[in-house]
Amino acid sequence: MELAFFYIFAAISVISAILVVSFRNTLSSALALVMTLFGVACLYAMLEAHFLAIMQILVYAGAVMVLFIFVIMLMNLGREELLKIKMSFAGVVGILIGGYLATILVLRLSSLSSPLPEAPQGYGSIAEVGRLLFSDYMIPFEITSFLLLVSIIGVVVMARKETA
Amino acid sequence: MVTLAHYLTLSAILFSIGVTGVVCRRNTLVIFMSIELMLNAANLTFIAFGRHHGNAAGQTIAFFVIALAAAEIAVGLAIIVAIFKKLGTVDVGDIRFLKG
Repeated sequence: MELAFFYIFAAISVISAILVVSFRNTLSSALALVMTLFGVACLYAMLEAHFLAIMQILVYAGAVMVLFIFVIMLMNLGREELLKIKMSFAGVVGILIGGYLATILVLRLSSLSSPLPEAPQGYGSIAEVGRLLFSDYMIPFEITSFLLLVSIIGVVVMARKETA
Repeated sequence: MVTLAHYLTLSAILFSIGVTGVVCRRNTLVIFMSIELMLNAANLTFIAFGRHHGNAAGQTIAFFVIALAAAEIAVGLAIIVAIFKKLGTVDVGDIRFLKG
């Protein structure tokens, strides 16, 4: 049963990831990416990471993808922009590199076939993740807030009209 | 029974698709989406290993990665919009004003 769900969600993520890379239309790619993120969020939930599954939907499929779609709509890429994408030397090399990487990684990983152990009591609850965030990972957590502040300032500076 | 190798293999496949997208595509926005794919594959690895060892630290790191990706996307999209306003294109082949 669990295996069947794993394969369903894995198929959703992999197929829509391939669509992200292969769609000609940027907007279609963005919508396929939403599908991939949703599939990965379901896998997080299967790994008992309920908090992160919800964060994935909220932050990625919510905020980040809305930002992406705003930018795509803002640019309003026309037809000729879409037709310019064609199979090139770089495309062939890229597919070869990707295939090679996938083969190596999959061959290496197939030796790790121990089943997942039973999760400890309360594993992956918001309480446990929050306790770790505010004890062992306090300094990275604070640095993350500083990073967000820096990126807000950076975006405001870049989006400002140039009135020198 | 779902094993650790299942999740790691899926993560490797997603990562490779992301690499392929970054190398093949010329549209800056799609390159950014491929980077998101790779970050998600890394997150899946963190969470799978955390589940394997019964340690929630993997989820904590994945939380940081999500926050970092959000910041990265905000700055990156601002740069793309600025370049688009200046050059009128998002094709990486046409953006060459750093080329001296």
